[in-house]
Order: sequence, then structure tokens, then C-alpha cells
Amino acid sequence: MAEFDLTVLGAGPGGYVAAIRAAQLGMKVAVIEKRKTLGGTCLNIGCIPSKALLHTSEKFENVNSGDLSKYGIVLSKPKLNISKLMENKNRIVSDLTKGIEFLFNKNKITTFYGNGKIVTPSEISVSNGNGNKTITSSKIMIATGSLVAPLKNVTIDEKLIVSSTGALDLKKVPNKLIVVGGGYIGLEMGTVWRRLGSQVTVVEYLDRILPGMDSEIAQKFKQILQKQGIDFKLNTGIEDAKTLKNSVQLSATNNLTKERISLEADVVLVSTGRIPHTKNLGLEGLGVKLSDKGQILVNEKFETNVPTIYAIGDAIPGPMLAHKAEEDGVAAVEMMNGVAGHVDYNLVPGIVYTSPEVATLGKTEDDLKQGNIEYSKGVFPFSANSRARAINHTDGLVKILTDKKSDKVIGVHIIGHEAGNLIHEVATTMSFGGSAEDIARTCHGHPTLNEAVKEAALAAGTGAIHI
Amino acid sequence: MTIELLVPALGESVVEATVAKWMKSSGDNIKVDEPIIELETEKVTLEVPSPVSGVLSEIIANEGDTVEVGALLGKLTEGENITASSNTPNKETSTKTVGEKPEVSSDKKNNDHLSPSVQRLVTENNLDVSKVKPSGKDGRITKGDVLEAIKTGGVSEDLNQESKTDQKISSNQDDFLEERVPMSRLRKVIAKRLKDAQNTAAMLTTFNEVDMSEFMGLRTEYRDNFEKEHKVKLGFMGMFVQATISALKAFPAVNAEINGDDIIYKKYNNIGVAVGTPQGLVVPVIKNAQHLSLPEIEKTIRDFGLRARDGKISMDEMSGGTFTISNGGVYGSLMSTPILNPPQSGILGMHKIQNRPIAVGDKIEIRPMMYLAFSYDHRIIDGREAVSFLVKIKEVIEDPRRLVLGI
Repeated sequence: MAEFDLTVLGAGPGGYVAAIRAAQLGMKVAVIEKRKTLGGTCLNIGCIPSKALLHTSEKFENVNSGDLSKYGIVLSKPKLNISKLMENKNRIVSDLTKGIEFLFNKNKITTFYGNGKIVTPSEISVSNGNGNKTITSSKIMIATGSLVAPLKNVTIDEKLIVSSTGALDLKKVPNKLIVVGGGYIGLEMGTVWRRLGSQVTVVEYLDRILPGMDSEIAQKFKQILQKQGIDFKLNTGIEDAKTLKNSVQLSATNNLTKERISLEADVVLVSTGRIPHTKNLGLEGLGVKLSDKGQILVNEKFETNVPTIYAIGDAIPGPMLAHKAEEDGVAAVEMMNGVAGHVDYNLVPGIVYTSPEVATLGKTEDDLKQGNIEYSKGVFPFSANSRARAINHTDGLVKILTDKKSDKVIGVHIIGHEAGNLIHEVATTMSFGGSAEDIARTCHGHPTLNEAVKEAALAAGTGAIHI
Repeated sequence: MTIELLVPALGESVVEATVAKWMKSSGDNIKVDEPIIELETEKVTLEVPSPVSGVLSEIIANEGDTVEVGALLGKLTEGENITASSNTPNKETSTKTVGEKPEVSSDKKNNDHLSPSVQRLVTENNLDVSKVKPSGKDGRITKGDVLEAIKTGGVSEDLNQESKTDQKISSNQDDFLEERVPMSRLRKVIAKRLKDAQNTAAMLTTFNEVDMSEFMGLRTEYRDNFEKEHKVKLGFMGMFVQATISALKAFPAVNAEINGDDIIYKKYNNIGVAVGTPQGLVVPVIKNAQHLSLPEIEKTIRDFGLRARDGKISMDEMSGGTFTISNGGVYGSLMSTPILNPPQSGILGMHKIQNRPIAVGDKIEIRPMMYLAFSYDHRIIDGREAVSFLVKIKEVIEDPRRLVLGI
């Protein structure tokens, strides 16, 4: 008789949510976590600290930029106490990790701190500074998440050449920051430090930023970031990096012109992606099948090829997002217990927490063009939304894509203030297979930013009213 | 465990059936005893319930196929239904639908509240929502479903809309073997009303026979006098209408109507008399027939007859009936089961008068006999009443003196 019904490796958003749901369904659950705190990358060195810094850096910029004088609020130049800034961030992280501890206690989940390694399909060994321990479990779930993708010839020391982890903990504001990689992590971190005073350059290998997102949206967003003062070097690949005493020298190549360029910065942020964390878990020994990218392969029940071993989140294929991992975790655990479960990877929102925010869900216009799918499009700019004008947040637009025949909403892309919140009314509509007309005929409060969503929905059909 | 779904015994002498409709789709969850397939035989349509709870895993006989008793219709996988919450860990997930979106048929509960776009389309196009095939979450109807349904047609509630298929003209080589003629509006209306009548009332027919000799004797004796006095021929209908009225007085439920959850008892007798015309059957109504004398009834009927042939009977004259009499005898019908004229609860069918040998006391005599049929709505008229009603009519016809005495 195994000690536990389910052991989850990793207490990140995928793992801890799966553990709690499993406990709710009556399973005896253990969680193994290698960090000293729960919450995984998201809570400790990802989503949460970055959102905290984005919030506080925005506050700093509001005062520092002189914008407030436009409203008649006259202030002298503010000073930045960076250690206090980080203290606030750390306190928020700490509160939340303690919160998960509380939830684990409430649900009678046993936590083991240390490195977990699957020994047999029903045994896991946990090792930490105090030694080794083996636990038995009927089912095992791998929720070990992902790691920063390494960049060839560039060694991350988390001091001068940093990953997002180091970027969240810099001791002083770099004069010049180079962000390698124009994805959402790079753009968010670049925004934080630009607001705090850095001169930021984003170096991106492709000819566009935010790979995978709707190209029209990515292009418009880049223009907005440029207006804010971020410099972009697209089509540029980093060859190598050399750290000097207090700076970094990068050599790069423009992959169109083949021109060689030299770049220098106080700090370089490497944010070229993330890779699944599936090494040193004992998987090879057990014959668990992986993809050539190192992702654990699973079926629709999240089972690996080894019957008692499951995997979810960043460790398996699919969008590497915290909320996707949470959905995976819940679905996997529910299916273990006779509840029907399904995660629609087409309906996982993607959000960039800059200012303005970017939020996307469903098909991009590029997808539809490529797939020769007949669609209708409704676009509405925030410059025509009365609330956006009232609060001086007029950048951006809402773009809704619908099936031409049935008016079913198949994609939505938003650049704007609160885009990450606004998108959820469309997410609900899409989960019911609703149409743009359904959104357009739902009463929206006035004056709200959501009215821009309503107008875009109208634009996709009979025509917007306010433009 | 796989269970085979077989064609059950269909009744004596019925050896085969047609698969009319699968009420569940492959992959659907089913509960034990839930109807899963509809089979049609020459005598009856029957629903076959599921022998187990589980999933319909395979459909083998398709809609339209002819199947014999004992034939394989489909396969079921036995197992627990998927439920929304379970407190037992490590429960075996035994159905195919785990991890997939199960197909569902239009769920009435989830379509109680229609989405805004669906509501608009349904209202604008006067649609019958129950006829739209849903594709949304949990069987909800989406805008696309309604648009599709409008395109393919057949969901309109409004009978007066011209059906788009009306104008299709057959233009292939088989023209000389078949001729496609669109139904006239009148015929479409009649067809719908007939089906409505059948679908609403619990319709039964009770029979009796009436010895017409007494009335025919009366007729022979007073025919000329009657005609001279009233300027109208003495037929049979006047007599039957009056006999019917005395029976309606004795059994008021026959003159009543079901309306929602109420029964409306009417204190007047508006008797409809069916008249055949080249365009079809029309039923003009003799209003307040209980106040008319026999000659007045005969006059009214004659007048209706003449105008019906020319199509000159107004809508008002054809509505408001509380009971109908139909005479198939003029065409030669000996016996029939008339269909109710909704919202009425009863209809009397008269038939051909034919000399037959019948027993009178201990002797056999040849009498002019008519079979009478009384179709009624069993929801408000019970068997005893129905039989007695018809017997009363018979008694009055067989002894017209009863009319004078009011018995």
C-alpha cells in the first residue's frame, strides 16, 4: 500500500494547483519542491515579482517623467531607493509563497523540500542537505516546469549578463540595458528598467517582436514601445558576449546584411526563451518518452508512456504559461478521478504586462490567412473610447476575428490599458462558441474600456457606432 | 464490457422494422432504460431503451436501414456515467468520452436562455428553436447553428411562409413517370391541422349501428308535405343534427373543449357539417343549432351546400364549432374512423345506409342499417360517456318520437 495516492514533483502553478485539486477529490497528496519556498518560477522569479516591479516602476515613471505636470500636479524630481523597491517585491513574493503553504496545510498535503528523482514508477527519492528519503506513491505527476534557454557563447552570471531571474534583482539601475530576445519576458523587463531610467535596446533575431502573436498587433506594439524610447535591432543575432569589469561587450550579426556590429551595455538580459526542465528526474532510466525538444510526451489524459507517471505544464508541449499549467494540472487530476477533463490549448490567453498591455486569444489573422479561412474582422481604437480618453490611455486597439459564415468569435487581440483584463469577456464568449453579435448585444457599462471590445464586435458585424 | 443492442421482438407477425432515428450519437453517455433508438414497423413506432448505463460506442444499423428481429443495431460500452464530482480516488475511468468533448443533442435546459444573437434570429425568422441542431457548449445553440438551420430550411414555425422548395420543378428524364406538384396552401393547412389533431387529443372511435327504418318510414310519409310547407327537401342531416343535440345535452363533455389545463363547457351547440368540395373538405357551422327547428336546419345546410361548391363560405361561418358531423355515406363508406376537428372533442361519422339482415327479436329481417362512428377525445370524454352518447343518438334516430318528448 503506497504512502501517497499522488506525488507531484514541483510546486509551481501547475503542481500546486494539481495537488490542491487532487486533495479536494480525496487523494492523499505529497509535493516535492527543490526551492525553499513554494510557488515555482511563477511566484519566486517569474510572473509575480515581474508584475510587482512593473507596477512600482510605472509609479516611478509617472512621477519622474514630468507627465503629472500636464495635469497641474507639480513635483520635483523623485529619488529611487532601489533596495526598497526590491524589498516590496520580495515581501509580496514571500506573502504569496506562505499563502501556498497555508493552502497545503489546509488540504493536508505533505511537502518534501529537496530534489526529487523518480526511482521506479511508484517510488521517488528526495534528497536535500540533510540526506535522502524515498517515498512510495500510486501515481506520480511531473510538474517541474522550465528553465531559461541558454544562448550560445553567452554565459549568464546573473550579475552583468542576467536572465529574468537576475533582471528582477539588479542592485542598481543600469545606464544601458540590452535585452536579447524580443518576446514578452524581454519586453516586460526592458520596460521595467526603461521606466527606472535605463536606456534600453532590444536585440531580436527575427524580423519582428513577440513571435507567434498576431503580426499586425506585434508591429503596432513595437511602434508604441519605440515611442516610449525603446530601441530595436531586429534581424540581429548575438555571436558572443564578453564581460568586462562593469560592462558587457556583445558582438552581433545582422542576418540580412551579414554586417557585423558591436554593442555595449552595463547589463545584458538574455531572454530568448525557456526550455522544459526534465533532466535529472530519472526519466531516462524509466524509459519515459521525450520529444526532441526535451518535452515529456503525454496523451490526452496527461499520461506518459509509463502508466503511473503523468506530466503537465511547461514540462510538456503547449504554451509555456502559468495558467495553461494550472488548467493541465486540474484536468489531469480530475481525469484520474473519473471526471471528464479537457484543456483547449486554442483558448489560452497570452498577456504582456507592459503599458499598454497586450492580450491575445485564439487565432491570429496570420493563421487565418495561411489556412485560407474566410473571416471577418472588427477593429476599434482606444482613441475613440471615452474612458480611455478620460484617463489618458489612448494607445492601442481591439481586434476581433470571426468566422465569416457563422459570426463565431475565433480570435481576439488587444493592445491597450488593462488589455489583460478586458480579454476575459471575449474568452468567456469563445468558450461558449459565442458570436461577435452576442458580445455586441450584451450591455456594457459606460464609460468603460470594455466598450471598445463591444465596438470591435459591432465592427465585425453591422458596423461600429463610435467611429 | 461491450453490450450488443439488438432489435427486440416487435409484436406478432412483425418480422422487420426500419431504423427511424438514433436518439443518441456515437460517444454519448446513456443511462439504463433511456430511449436510444426509434424503430418503425408497419403497425407502430417504438422506442428501444438502453439495456445498460454507459456509452453508445458504435452505431451499426443506420437510419433508414431495414432490420430484422434480433439484428445488431449497435454496441454499448457498459460503465459508470461521468459525474461532475467524485470523492473516491483512483476510480476507473471507463468511458470513451474522457478527454474529449461529448456530443450532445439539443439540451432543453441549456437552451432555456438563448444568446442575444440567437434570440434575434429566432424572433426575426419565426423559428422553432427545438428544430435547430446545436453545436455549442453543452448543447447550446449558437448563432452559426441558427444561420445554418435557416439556410437548410424546415425550421419555420410560420405555416404561411412560402416554402422555398415549392417552386422547384422536376426537370429530369423521369418527368413522364412522375409529376411533382407543390401542395396548395389549403392542402398544407389541412395537413397540418390533421396532424395537430392527432398529436394533441387522445383520439378513439366507438361504433354503433342504427336501424333507419323508422325514420325512413317517417320521411316517406311526410316528405311531400314537408317540402310544400318549408320549401326545402326533408333529408337526413336535419334529423341527425337534432339527435346529436339531444345527446350533447345529456353528455355536455362532448360539447366541451380542453384549453390549457381547463375544460371549457359551452352552453351552445354550434354543429359543423362537413361538406365535400372540389377543393377539399370544408366544415361550415350551424350556429346555435339548439335553437333551430328541423326545417331551419335543413335550410341552413342546403344553403351551405350551394355556397360551398362555389367556395363562398366565409371564415366566420367555418369557425366556432363545438361538434362536427361528417357523412361519408354519400361516397359509399360503410364504416370509418373520423378525425377530430380541433379544438372540438367529438365528431360523428355517418355512413351509407345499406339493407342488411339483422335480428329483430327472434326473427331475421332486412333493415336499412347505418353504421355510426363517434371519434372522441378521451382526455375529457370517458369510454362510458362516449358509448352512451352514441347510443343516445341511435335511440333518437330509431324512435324520432323521443325528440318530441325530449327524451
